Amino acid sequence: MAGVQVSNVSRNFGAHKALDDVSIDFADGGFYALLGPSGSGKTTLLRQIAGFDFPDSGRISIGGESVERVPVEKRRIGMVFQNYALFPNMSVADNVAFGLSVRGEPKATIASEVQRALDLVQLGKLGGRRPHQLSGGQRQRVALARAIVTKPRVLLLDEPLGALDKALRVDMQIELKRIQREIGITTIFVTHDQEEALTMSDRIGILRDGRLVQEGPPEEIYDRPQSEFAATFLGDANIFRGDATGNGIKLPDGTEISAGAGAKLAAGAKASCAVRPERIQISTGTGRLESANANSLKGQVSKRIFAGNNSTYFVERAGQTLKVIVQNTGADRLAEGQPVMLSWSPESTVLIAAV
Amino acid sequence: MMTTRVLEWLGRLYIWLLLAFLYLPIVIMALMSFNVSPFYQLPFEWTTEWYASLWQNDQLISATWNSIEIAVITTLICTVLGSAASLALYRYDFRGKKVLQALLFPPIAIPWLITGTAMLIFFFGVGIGRGLFAILLGHVALALPYVIVVVSARLQTFAPELEEAARSLGANQWQVTSRVTLPWIMPGVIAGGLFAFAVSFDQFVVSYFLSTPGQTTLPVEIYAAIRKGFTPEINAVSTIIIVVSMALMLLTARFFKFGGEK
Repeated sequence: MAGVQVSNVSRNFGAHKALDDVSIDFADGGFYALLGPSGSGKTTLLRQIAGFDFPDSGRISIGGESVERVPVEKRRIGMVFQNYALFPNMSVADNVAFGLSVRGEPKATIASEVQRALDLVQLGKLGGRRPHQLSGGQRQRVALARAIVTKPRVLLLDEPLGALDKALRVDMQIELKRIQREIGITTIFVTHDQEEALTMSDRIGILRDGRLVQEGPPEEIYDRPQSEFAATFLGDANIFRGDATGNGIKLPDGTEISAGAGAKLAAGAKASCAVRPERIQISTGTGRLESANANSLKGQVSKRIFAGNNSTYFVERAGQTLKVIVQNTGADRLAEGQPVMLSWSPESTVLIAAV
Repeated sequence: MMTTRVLEWLGRLYIWLLLAFLYLPIVIMALMSFNVSPFYQLPFEWTTEWYASLWQNDQLISATWNSIEIAVITTLICTVLGSAASLALYRYDFRGKKVLQALLFPPIAIPWLITGTAMLIFFFGVGIGRGLFAILLGHVALALPYVIVVVSARLQTFAPELEEAARSLGANQWQVTSRVTLPWIMPGVIAGGLFAFAVSFDQFVVSYFLSTPGQTTLPVEIYAAIRKGFTPEINAVSTIIIVVSMALMLLTARFFKFGGEK
């Protein structure tokens, strides 16, 4: 097991900068998600770490050893592919045995290691089956067993759950996390699914256009996004744009929004504030404002979407549609067209410098 | 209701007419190879005399062995070279790849008569001349594009992640090819090999140009025998060839069907 360091890695495909000076430190034993829209470079980065492709510049090391020019077959990594890439001409057991067999391990060792790996993914009895006889979830487990049986230094997962339906995906998320904890392997996970990134990983790196936008624990990125992109890509956010006032912004119509005590930006510069929909309180303009909620705006409900445990209100305000999520407490619901007061605390407001 | 039944009946009639058109001449020839009369006279009287005398015809026997030998060697060379070429075209991008791929098809379409003439002139020019070796070279050149086309078609169904998965598990290039890629394309390789065998074994035009009186193949020998005077021995040897060829083609069809499955 080993940590992975990516330092100043760039990779161009023709004129296209697939990776632009990316540096990330993947801690030993951690579960790391690389999150980004398609074309953001997350898969390119994973392939650099795997060794399928080499960077134009920068360094990659696994367990302190420089590997940026080492081909994939010599890197001792394990990889799970998007479509599993199980060998169709081999049984499940032979698939799992492949990595040990090409290394020339003795037959008895292979047999017991394969059985252990299959037991770990709870497929102990299916070794004799062919890949096409398995369900999607089972194939996923075989691919995982095959990737970890060789005791790789790092486990790389390329959107491994993308091909599964929703219910199975949630099961596999839990399962994958359990197995990762059990063997304590450094895991790097590429996904475009923000929910998956939030629930599974210890740290998330958000990529966009080949650059690392922000990196840190899920809570930190969610609560303190450093860019509008990070705020809106990981979760929902209401974005207000205006001029910085020091610890907040002034909207074009003169309304001031103040952010938490820590926020500070030179007055006058362009800036924006991000507020999560669930942090905003909504009330019929007559209600008394909670004193902590220093930020308030008037608006009008344009639409309500009821989702059982919560409702999403769309509120029109100065040409902008704001989103507010309210837990279902059984209290009176607001009708569409009703004037409302929105309020939230400065602590729930993230001040973001304009790029 | 009525029209449906009539159409159905017409459809069935059409199938039988088609099969009769295809197979009747062959069936008659096969029957005549077992008929006593050498002049196609009826009533039919059973005999295996022509097969027996075929066995005594040294020229036909030696030409048959030549044909089999050349076809087998052509098959071996073409499957190995053709599969390797297909893999190279699949895996690597290199200068002139598109041109090379485009140039693979014309030899299939160029009339054999022209190819044969060109080969004859070329082989004389470079000093190879005519004979069995020249025939073998000619057959390899004719059959190679078929193998490449068939194996390449099979490779189109191969998922490149499989090779990447094998590499990520520590397999070197040779292990990747022998354990993952080859097993997948094997039905294509076998089908391509059967094509190569058929192209060589059935080849007349090019063989005719490149053969010498002592060194010839079965189709050329049959043609020479017919010109000298027709004997039911020709029927007999043709019947044997048809049985062998049809068996080969059935095998090909079988492998092609398997080629479509995952």
